[in-house]
Amino acid sequence: MKMKLATLALGAVMAAGPALADLVFPSMSYRTGPYAAGGIPFADGYADYFTLLNERDGGIGGEKIDMPECETAYNTEKGVECYEATKDLGSLVYQPLSTGITYQLIPKVTADGIPMLTSGLGRTSAKNGAVFPWLFNFPANYWDGASVAIKHILDEEGGDVNDKKITLVYHNSAYGKEPIRTLEELSKKHGFDLSLVPVDHPGQEQKSQWLQIRRDRPDYVIMYGWGVMNQVAIQEAVNIRFPMDKFIGIWWSGSENDVRPAGAAADGYKALTFHNLGDDYPLYDDLKTFVYDKGLAAGAGDQHGTALYNRGLYGAMLVAEAAKTAQEIHGVSAITPAMMRDGMEALEMTEEKMAALGLPAFGPEFQVTCENHGGNGFAAIGQWDAAASEWKMITDYIQSDQEIVQPLIEADSMAYAEENGITPSCD
Amino acid sequence: MPDQLIFAMEVFLNGLMAGVLYALVALGFVLIYKASGIFNYSQGVMALFAALTLVGIMEGRVPFAHLINATFGTEIHHFGWHLPALAAILLTMGVMVVLAWAVNKLIFNHLVNQEPIILFMATIGLAYFMEGFGDVMWGADIKKLDVGLPQGINTAIDEITYGWFGYGFFIDNLDIVATIIAALLVIALVMFSQYTKQGRAMRAVADDHQAALSVGISLNFIWIMVWSLAGFVALVAGIMWGTKMGVQFSLSLIALKALPVLMLGGFTSIPGAIVGGLIIGVGEKLFEFAIGPMIGGATENWFAYVLALIFLVFRPQGLFGEKIIERV
Repeated sequence: MKMKLATLALGAVMAAGPALADLVFPSMSYRTGPYAAGGIPFADGYADYFTLLNERDGGIGGEKIDMPECETAYNTEKGVECYEATKDLGSLVYQPLSTGITYQLIPKVTADGIPMLTSGLGRTSAKNGAVFPWLFNFPANYWDGASVAIKHILDEEGGDVNDKKITLVYHNSAYGKEPIRTLEELSKKHGFDLSLVPVDHPGQEQKSQWLQIRRDRPDYVIMYGWGVMNQVAIQEAVNIRFPMDKFIGIWWSGSENDVRPAGAAADGYKALTFHNLGDDYPLYDDLKTFVYDKGLAAGAGDQHGTALYNRGLYGAMLVAEAAKTAQEIHGVSAITPAMMRDGMEALEMTEEKMAALGLPAFGPEFQVTCENHGGNGFAAIGQWDAAASEWKMITDYIQSDQEIVQPLIEADSMAYAEENGITPSCD
Repeated sequence: MPDQLIFAMEVFLNGLMAGVLYALVALGFVLIYKASGIFNYSQGVMALFAALTLVGIMEGRVPFAHLINATFGTEIHHFGWHLPALAAILLTMGVMVVLAWAVNKLIFNHLVNQEPIILFMATIGLAYFMEGFGDVMWGADIKKLDVGLPQGINTAIDEITYGWFGYGFFIDNLDIVATIIAALLVIALVMFSQYTKQGRAMRAVADDHQAALSVGISLNFIWIMVWSLAGFVALVAGIMWGTKMGVQFSLSLIALKALPVLMLGGFTSIPGAIVGGLIIGVGEKLFEFAIGPMIGGATENWFAYVLALIFLVFRPQGLFGEKIIERV
């Protein structure tokens, strides 16, 4: 009896695991816990794109895709467990949707030789591929986001923000503090007054912070929040009658979840984005035919076209294109993580390529190199239209101030290299 | 009057209002602890579950829709109705009574005479179960809750204070409503426990289980009643907090705001929960206002606990808690 059970258990594990030739793209999702509302749409978009490639194209380069999903609940320890549980499946790349998990995995993926992509999150200075060969954060990072927000404000103010008051409301964590140095440098350059207002996790109670903002009367508020902090901040801004079009969130404060609880009053709120919004793309026709109509959509199938679903699609599209590039470079379809890294480092996203994929103008164009693992720092501004209940892009992609951002990245990455005995190299 | 003093007065008033919201959560803990000696870890999740159920009933959402659709290949999500808030609140209250009955029937009836730590552990399990159950039942998306409560700045107070000080105070209409509701709730609970047969039975059980049993009071009935009352308080807290931040799973974390209130006010006193809430609310807001900027801000979460611990040094049972003397 015990033997039979053991055989059955082994069979179940083998059936659940990927075939050795599959291209394995693990999904570190969070469908439970306080951040589930943000984790679910991303995980659904990520899964649906790979399902589409399997159903429509037979995978990538003839290799089927396997996507083992591991629940992290946005918990750093569970994220590390997920990594340890899936890395030996032949995992080609990780995309943890969490800065906390990213920081824990940096030494692990470097030691194990598995690439990690952290678009718009994680360690910003990972852009320097000479120091962080296994990390990628294209197409934009936190510091780009801060700079693009200021550039947008400059545009709004006719190029002069001297003596304007700008307040940063931020999640009091490593993530939330990321833009502070960039904003301080930009404040020196452009002459605006910067004030900092931290909000402790999770951020359900922000009365003190918004009373302070009401007293200070800033011209603009920039927000680096996540989860419930976003919804409460937007509601409190509405309560104190802060003008929504002067309130700009980072891309993690710019989903439908963040604005809907405040209802019509959230109309006009702005948020950065490094990919396009909505579902008016040819790719969605294919998704409907090959995924949704076949009942293969991930999750409840109710997230299509939302900002975070699109981010999941975009993340999957970027690594799928990197895998294709790796297959071309090495002339094999069954690539290894090291080959995948080469593909990511040679990835070029052009408008022609995105249009051919059914996602015209979906993201900024960029070319990855060893020195630049982070793209060219382009992001756009989206604005919430409460009546239509949708986000609309109101600007083209704007490049961050490279004069400010690049030296900061250089300094931070070199400090990391020195601390960890790394000799930067692009040989 | 100096600007800082005027601002401090505004912060003080907002602290009082925030304290009322903390006290609403703490009340649920007190009710159950007082009657059964159980520290109900799942009180925050009960508020979440109540708010989820309220939104679900109001909007006519089909419970377990995702599960049903995945199993049977259907595409049903809504019943097609939109109930008035009051009807939905009453129906949700019914659900909370059923939940109270189920919790006692399935869990606590099997744990009679167990150590308090065992009962506490059971409520931890209950919290995790209910969080997952609520997720499966109603989905994890953030839901807007609108039962018609006013929100935003109270313009009358703004104008009056502007006339007095040249600076209009910000007081949220929702906080004013919450204060009125909390006051009514406390009065109702005190009157219920003082002047009704069931209330007196509840107090008898709280004083001595075995003595209450010996005079014919049904422990089972009292516990179901107390859990139902706690469910009602959770529903009120869920409505207030859910209106502020949308109904989402972070709502269960409001329990963290109630703990320092309980430490300060005592686990067994309804007035203690209110006074404790007010002290914590005012204390943390004034500290953030006066000291926060000097030390980087975001002090409220930890300062609430520091304040509670300071009180505990002088009154270990809390301000209104019962002094327990165990004779050997």
